[in-house]
Amino acid sequence: MEMHSQAFLENAREALGDPEKTRRRGLLAAFTPMVRNAAMESFGKFEPLRQHLRRVRQHTLDNLDHYLDRFEQEALSNGNHVHFAMDGEEMNRIVLEICQRHSARRIAKGKSMVTEETGLSRHLQGAGLNVTETDLGEYIIQQAGEPPSHIVGPALHKSAAEVRDLFLARHDLGERELEETSQLVQEARGVLRQRFLEADVGIIGANALVAENGYSMLVTNEGNGDLCANLPPVLIVCTTLERILPRAEDATAMMRLLVRSATGQPHTCYTSFYSGPRREQDTDGPIETHFVLLDDKRTDILASDYREMLQCIRCGACLNHCPIYAAAGGHAYGAVYMGPMGSVLTPLLTSLEESHLLPNACTSCGRCAEVCPSGIPLPDLLRDLRQAEQAAKLSPPRWRTGLKLHAWLARHPRLYHGLTALGIPLLHRLGRRRGSFSKLPLAGGWTSQRDFPAPQRKTFMQAYAGVLKAEKKRRRHD
Amino acid sequence: MIEERSNPQGHTRQPTVALFVTCLADLFRPSVAFASIKLLERAGCSVIVPTQQTCCGQPAYNSGDYEATTPLAKQVIAMLEPADYVVVPSGSCAGMICHHYPRLLEGEWQQRARDLATRTYELTTFLADIAPLPRSKVKTAALPPVTYHDSCAGLRELDIREQPRRLLREVCGIEVNEMQQTDVCCGFGGTFCAKMPEISAKMASDKVHNAVATGARILTGGDLGCLLNLAGRARRLGETIEVRHVAELLSGDLAVPAIGEGN
Ligand code: SF4
Repeated sequence: MEMHSQAFLENAREALGDPEKTRRRGLLAAFTPMVRNAAMESFGKFEPLRQHLRRVRQHTLDNLDHYLDRFEQEALSNGNHVHFAMDGEEMNRIVLEICQRHSARRIAKGKSMVTEETGLSRHLQGAGLNVTETDLGEYIIQQAGEPPSHIVGPALHKSAAEVRDLFLARHDLGERELEETSQLVQEARGVLRQRFLEADVGIIGANALVAENGYSMLVTNEGNGDLCANLPPVLIVCTTLERILPRAEDATAMMRLLVRSATGQPHTCYTSFYSGPRREQDTDGPIETHFVLLDDKRTDILASDYREMLQCIRCGACLNHCPIYAAAGGHAYGAVYMGPMGSVLTPLLTSLEESHLLPNACTSCGRCAEVCPSGIPLPDLLRDLRQAEQAAKLSPPRWRTGLKLHAWLARHPRLYHGLTALGIPLLHRLGRRRGSFSKLPLAGGWTSQRDFPAPQRKTFMQAYAGVLKAEKKRRRHD
Repeated sequence: MIEERSNPQGHTRQPTVALFVTCLADLFRPSVAFASIKLLERAGCSVIVPTQQTCCGQPAYNSGDYEATTPLAKQVIAMLEPADYVVVPSGSCAGMICHHYPRLLEGEWQQRARDLATRTYELTTFLADIAPLPRSKVKTAALPPVTYHDSCAGLRELDIREQPRRLLREVCGIEVNEMQQTDVCCGFGGTFCAKMPEISAKMASDKVHNAVATGARILTGGDLGCLLNLAGRARRLGETIEVRHVAELLSGDLAVPAIGEGN
């Protein structure tokens, strides 16, 4: 697999070449929508809450400056440090500086897609720090040296057997039994406990920032976020500007949709709000806390026609419901974000030149938009990106001219009908016997995978003209 | 229920229904259009077929060429507007007219697109809800077990799910053998199937296997694009399930070879 988006097709081909992994992706693609749908059905308030959240998020984005100011003030008065980073590099630098100021050696890190985006772990490790991913999925792929294949379940592509082999190779724990999944979890838990206790700095992400009180909210199922946040003396929360919401109640409302959309649970095992450093009366908690808020193109997206994308809450439902994601797998996208949301975000966060193929990985089936808890019209945004692709002349010239020619012909009915009335009967005669073609010039994209059904005897317009003529004749005779 | 209209002279008349044939039916399967005409007439409509029609513009539109699509969309609107109703034997082309023309166009044309959208229907919706088809006109014994493929645009843009099933029950007297994952795309996606053939083929294979697993002998649906894709893939996989447009089933036109079958 090549880690760039323009290799999407080759990557997908490679992924489809592994029948066992393809089968497992298919099972997941059947299972995850079932769980989500069951959760939404018993919840019963999906649509009204989604509308409500959409309005809240739109309002927040319209007044982003105001809410960011408010958040900063509140967070500062809670005793936090607040940093703004224009791009990933700046975020990485700020975090490294904090670590170095505290002479940190060991970092316990929670799951955060933003730090995936900036490559934070690599950056810190490059500077000699020891970073442990503490989310089980992230830990597994860190051990395997792989990128996440899903924004919520980063190691969903790994089978239990693969994880077992990985643990046996990576954990120096001697002879032991690792047959059951529970044994794997136990082992990871034991290893990670130690890392939490040793850590000098904890780094976590955030699902929401609350403007009214300066808190950040995080949901996890493993509680690793809380350990990262509470055990080490220094806590750094890394997230992006658009996570902000006006009130705590907006954050909890969002959580009700987020968790059901992501895993089908009514709520995760842990939902935490982080306010700031340990106060005098507190018996535990970090001594120093930082927020690092990343912009990295968010304000550009805000000013663009794609601003709805900033409402994404990273639930992963669009991935779980995308048949193309299921077929190709998350790694095929060659990017941090994958599936429908990734195919919109990647070109916006990188450049159209680097990733214009991704918006084409869509049949406009609309299943993603149907389940998106943020009501983002993903297929429309993807089509708009294809428009940008073709306006920038990045799409293959053959397609571009072909489709233009087709649209032009369609506007000239006489010519269109004349030409098709010549071509179709010919095609019919050639394919009549077998009923379809296994090869056809100019249709290689189609016939590489499927037969090309032969047309009936004439075009409808030809046949219908005959019907009309016969009718006229009959009327004249009557 | 459709109402009778009165013409400028004050005489009542049957409502006119313009049939938008769709380019795929025009080119590959005129029998779908003839079946549609037959069904609409049976439902009491006076059918006109504007002879200037070609294609609704989806290929260019879905590829992002809005510039080339816009004049075509206007042409289609101007051509179809005079009719009382427009009926389309395809969910995706009806969705194009109902949802995407208004999104694409601006100002006065957007108004005209919206107005047309209120009078435009996909065939099975029209026959189920607007101009009900009289029941039991075909010999039911002739139909082997049938499974139904919901096309994505029909399902999600136009809420078509129960209508074709109801028609098949009431007109042909058959219950559809439901397949697994009816709400998942078949991988056609217009130019997608040629741009990303392997992924598309995987999706089509899954769909064909799900259809075959129901024990159905006929796979039907309301969108020729999906059906050509599925028939082509089924043939490549060596599956013998027949693929036919639902209009052909409803009108009892089973004499024509199924899609991709020789004669
Ligand atoms: S785009 Fe919607 S469905 Fe996809 S991850 Fe974001 S919020 Fe979830």
